[in-house]
Amino acid sequence: MDADKVFKALSDSTRRMLLDRLYEQNGQTLGQLCQDVGMARQSATQHLEILEAANLVTAVRRGREKLHFINPVPLHEVYERWVQKFERRRLGLLLDLKNELEGDPK
Amino acid sequence: MTKQTTSFVYVTYILASPEKVFEAITRPEIARRYWGHENVSDWNPGSKWEHVRANDQRTVELVGEVVEVVPPTRLVITWANASQAIDPASYSRVTFEIEEYEATVKLTVTHDELEAGSNMAKGVGKGWPIVLSSLKSFLETGRPIDVSSKPKAA
Repeated sequence: MDADKVFKALSDSTRRMLLDRLYEQNGQTLGQLCQDVGMARQSATQHLEILEAANLVTAVRRGREKLHFINPVPLHEVYERWVQKFERRRLGLLLDLKNELEGDPK
Repeated sequence: MTKQTTSFVYVTYILASPEKVFEAITRPEIARRYWGHENVSDWNPGSKWEHVRANDQRTVELVGEVVEVVPPTRLVITWANASQAIDPASYSRVTFEIEEYEATVKLTVTHDELEAGSNMAKGVGKGWPIVLSSLKSFLETGRPIDVSSKPKAA
């Protein structure tokens, strides 16, 4: 995972909205996505390219159509790296505090 | 097709060989280490496969049939809850595609023919990203992530 690309892709509210739309209904065409959000095709295409480069969206050709799927795998890696790690530490500190207050020698 | 279906497509890039990735999915002794489950089959087209929890009870949680096997690049299986094994309509389909991509391997997991809004669709939507992150971490660093951990409620 290229974390810079993921964070950059997520730093834009339009792109986050596109991800929300795909979460609600996965596998949409460019046309469907534009219609949903009232966006010009060109603008949506550019946003989708950035999301694809970050591997947050996967485009799959089905016959004549190109369908866009949300790919949450990099989000999970960000969660593992940047959220869960610190949560664990905080929980560890709470446990230490509890042990100290309660005089538990472990 | 009578049921309204939904599909998911997951992609992850892994620093490993295609063979390693294929083995990690199909060999029970590897899968249990990052998935907490084993995928048990002889991996011949038409054979059954079972998704077995890697604990003492060895609960069979999912069952299905092997549809297509092309080591180390492609595997297609059907997928259903073991409790719904007799209902043909409950089966969805999972396709693993493994391609070399520059110095890495691109693993694409397509889960389709899922009944829209079903518990299975909700479950796999949450499950695959965790399993695939764990697979990547395990193959690249030797350390899986805890697939049973849940986000803490705020």
